Amino acid sequence: MIRCENVAKTYSKQDRPALDSVTLEVAKGEFVFLVGQSGSGKSTFLRLIIREEKVTSGRMFVAGKDLSTLSQWKVPEFRRGIGTVFQDYRLLPNKTVSENVAFAMQIVGAAPKEIAREVPEVLELVGLDDYGHRMPAELSGGEQQRVAIARAFINKPQILIADEPTGNLDPTMSVGIMKLLDRINRTGTTVVMATHDDKIVDQMRKRVIELENGIVVRDQVRGIYGYSG
Amino acid sequence: MRAGFVTKEVLNGLRRNITLTIAVVITVAISLSLLGVGLLANSQVRVMKDYWYDKIEVSIFLCGQLSDSPTCSGGPVTAEQRAQIESDLKTLPIVANVYYESQAEAFARFKERFKGTALVDNVTADQLPESYRVKLKDPKQFAIVQSAFSGRPGIDSVQDQRTILDKFFKLLGVLRDGALAIGLISVLTAALLISNTLRIAAFNRRRETGVMRLVGASNFSIQLPFLLEGLISAIIGWGIATGILAALKSLVDARVAPLLTFTNFFGWADVWNASLLLLLTGLVVSAIASFLTLRKYLKV
Repeated sequence: MIRCENVAKTYSKQDRPALDSVTLEVAKGEFVFLVGQSGSGKSTFLRLIIREEKVTSGRMFVAGKDLSTLSQWKVPEFRRGIGTVFQDYRLLPNKTVSENVAFAMQIVGAAPKEIAREVPEVLELVGLDDYGHRMPAELSGGEQQRVAIARAFINKPQILIADEPTGNLDPTMSVGIMKLLDRINRTGTTVVMATHDDKIVDQMRKRVIELENGIVVRDQVRGIYGYSG
Repeated sequence: MRAGFVTKEVLNGLRRNITLTIAVVITVAISLSLLGVGLLANSQVRVMKDYWYDKIEVSIFLCGQLSDSPTCSGGPVTAEQRAQIESDLKTLPIVANVYYESQAEAFARFKERFKGTALVDNVTADQLPESYRVKLKDPKQFAIVQSAFSGRPGIDSVQDQRTILDKFFKLLGVLRDGALAIGLISVLTAALLISNTLRIAAFNRRRETGVMRLVGASNFSIQLPFLLEGLISAIIGWGIATGILAALKSLVDARVAPLLTFTNFFGWADVWNASLLLLLTGLVVSAIASFLTLRKYLKV
């Protein structure tokens, strides 16, 4: 699903590469934790996957597309196959929960009928059946993150990218979010999650990729968080 | 994206930025009105030219008693000379018609013009020159008449009334160009304001556009609501500008035309033509301003 061959990324105006000679493969349906200290290159790696940034050298294949040759105008279509969740939820404050989730479908031109059918379904999946008419500000952080996950998942992406989705949440809420991501993973969706949360990583026992100064220093099946930071 | 969804987003955008929307509408209305006034001034100059050039003539004064130009050294024009001049004039293809003014007619006109002054009593009919009043098919072709007739024995002078009018029209031309220039400059101002407004709108809605990008909205669908907002503001502004021009036309018809009877005025067709041109200007300027701004501030 994701294959990197000697990927390097150097931001302009910087000498040191943010990522250097990363070679790895993530299979379809895998659940991968991306760990490492701040500035180790986790976010850069995620940004490369959703083609927010272009690789400086090496080759990168995501969802069957060669990102180093993907032309700019095909990027939006490519992104429709990838769901994204962030630490700060990124909900639209002036839209209701339903509207926020529906937004992702409206953007890609789905029929209103289809939207009316799918939105309640996915809200049920994330456990927010009765929250459709609420505004994001009325919800707790965990609930907001569930809405964000519902939005990321509604177009049935092949890959779900999560950048510290539990970073703003207390442990109980975090567990709920992880259960949800696990359930999404079981539907066959590949999940790549960057995190600082050692408890979660140790609990889930999934594949762990550790980055340090832009280099992969550990790639462990059923791994643990493994460093104190 | 569906039309219904886009419409909702556009209306929301216009409402959220209501003060800026109003500013854009007013600026567009004013600048298009100014440009429209320039266009109507252009029409008015054209109408006046048509009106006046239609009335002007070339006067060929024949030698009389008092003529002292070299071509009149043989004394007053003879009957053969006059007949020759008249037949030459009538065979000239650029001449529309020829009217002969005798000394008696010239005297009658003279008396009419200087009625009540001492001049009338001191002038007799035989002191005034007889003349041919020549109407040209195209008043610009005076030079042909002049080269054919001036300097001919029996002809005192050849005069073109157009030279008098040309100075007047030159002045009007300057005024018209000034009006058009002011109009164009204010349209440029409107374009800059539209560009600035969209930049602010893009900044205000960076959350939305960020989310749109994440879920894979195309560049076009991210920019479309902004583009439509610019165009709708421009169209509303154009509607107001057309209203202002129509009001101007009514005012001219009701108040100015009865006072200035020496000319015709631009018609409703000129107003609608100007309006159409303003609509095109408004749409093109708004589209270009939006396109350039959005390309810069809404990148994928």
